[in-house]
Amino acid sequence: MADKDQNPASPIISIRGMNKFFGEFQALTDIDLDVAIGERIVICGPSGSGKSTLIRCINRLEAHNSGSIHVDGVELHQHMRDIDIVRSQVGMVFQNFNLFPHMTVLENCTAGPMWVRKVPASEAHELAMKYLNRVNIPEQANKFPTQLSGGQQQRVAIARALCMNPKVMLFDEPTSALDPEMVAEVLDTMIDLAESGMTMICVTHEMGFAKQVADRVIFMDEGKIVETNEPIAFFENPQSERTKKFLAQVLVH
Amino acid sequence: MIIDPSQSAVGQFLAPVIGDPAESGFYGRFVTSFTLALLFVLNLVVISLLPAFRYQVIVVWIELVLLFLTFFYSFDLSFAFIRSKIGFMITQGIFTTLYVSAISIAIAFVIAIMGAVAKLSSNGFAFAIASFYTSFFRGLPLLMQVYLIYLGFPQLGFVIDAVPAGIIALSLCYGAYMTEIFRAGIESIDEGQWEGSRALGFKFGLTMRKIILPQSIPLIIPPTGNQFIAMLKDSSLVSVIGVWELMFLARTLGNKTFNHMEMLITAALLYWMMTMVLELIQSRIERKYRKKQKR
Repeated sequence: MADKDQNPASPIISIRGMNKFFGEFQALTDIDLDVAIGERIVICGPSGSGKSTLIRCINRLEAHNSGSIHVDGVELHQHMRDIDIVRSQVGMVFQNFNLFPHMTVLENCTAGPMWVRKVPASEAHELAMKYLNRVNIPEQANKFPTQLSGGQQQRVAIARALCMNPKVMLFDEPTSALDPEMVAEVLDTMIDLAESGMTMICVTHEMGFAKQVADRVIFMDEGKIVETNEPIAFFENPQSERTKKFLAQVLVH
Repeated sequence: MIIDPSQSAVGQFLAPVIGDPAESGFYGRFVTSFTLALLFVLNLVVISLLPAFRYQVIVVWIELVLLFLTFFYSFDLSFAFIRSKIGFMITQGIFTTLYVSAISIAIAFVIAIMGAVAKLSSNGFAFAIASFYTSFFRGLPLLMQVYLIYLGFPQLGFVIDAVPAGIIALSLCYGAYMTEIFRAGIESIDEGQWEGSRALGFKFGLTMRKIILPQSIPLIIPPTGNQFIAMLKDSSLVSVIGVWELMFLARTLGNKTFNHMEMLITAALLYWMMTMVLELIQSRIERKYRKKQKR
């Protein structure tokens, strides 16, 4: 189900007929997806539906088996030598933060620009402080990640990804590993980011977030995209039975 | 009669009660055995009455050391001979043992990092070489490796001195064992660290150097200390090719005057003292890195 109403001239991510297998198991089936610049997409679905696998394919943390994925006009394939360049343009935020525990918060943020982009130290430092300010934790710059709370760590992870000036940000269940009282601070950071015009793809169960910022909500089940719609239509008038059932379970609380 | 306790030092000591130990017969044997048993039980009781675990350990250690010394003393050793040789055993023997081991462990450390990275890489060539290397050097006795290298290299056309040959053998052998330690250390780092690095666009080498190794080295250092202590003792094997380290001196210095026991016992005590010092250092290092882990 390609989205014909998207402006075909400017999709930053374009996925066509993509399949992904883990051994015999088919994790993703016939995925078609275009993401326009500045678009904010929320992917939801029951666990094991392939939503994390889908966004992990976009920066090739997982390799797809057939079909095509284009990121900013570059096709991802097996023999590419410059996958690192694509990855450096796609920011990723993980469920478990994946901060580097032996480096300070500041060093976590300057590492990417300095080692990959060869940005001079002073400039990287400025960049890092700019984004640490943006996620509201500049005062933690010289601490180590394990000295921070989960919510603070996730905000550092967001700042670290932003330091690479990515064209797209991928969020893989960014609030799932957090204590409930820390979810809000991370979501606020993400909303702020969305309002600044960043292109975002978020795998999340935070339906409030989806309603507030998403341009489109995608529902996945058993490795397929079942339904795609604008948030209001998606929540108020779901088309498929599976979506209705899922929403009934998620929105109950 | 397999053991006649009345002939022992304790029997001599009891002479006022049992008369001449050799003539004392069943009565002498009984009294000495009984005295020994009594002393043993009394000792156990006294130790169990000591207030702290720590004191108990110290007292038992002192007793065992005294027993050991009595045992060595009973060999009727020539202490004058030991005194005349011990200086040389330290300056030549211990010095050589220590520097051969230190150089070897340093080389083994480098080999092990390369071996571990090769074993974890997806490059078939690198993996094949690394796994062949560890299989071969872990599969052969170290003594055999020492001979093969010392006698094998001249066959290839270049003669190699005993000391470098010994160092090569020790570092290759321990490099193989340490490769496995390093591999385990690297593998114990969470997969998320690799993903986080990859997502930022870091290549394999950069991730290894800046993210994975700095986190695994603290895990690797303590077992490497253990390997060093083990190597210190295994370095005695290079004595067979004529390296003048501690074991070589222990075997040769007493030959001329038939003072074998003197030299062997002296060397044994020197090895023991060295490892005790190293174990102390090792436990310090371990504590330091454990603290760092907790940070």
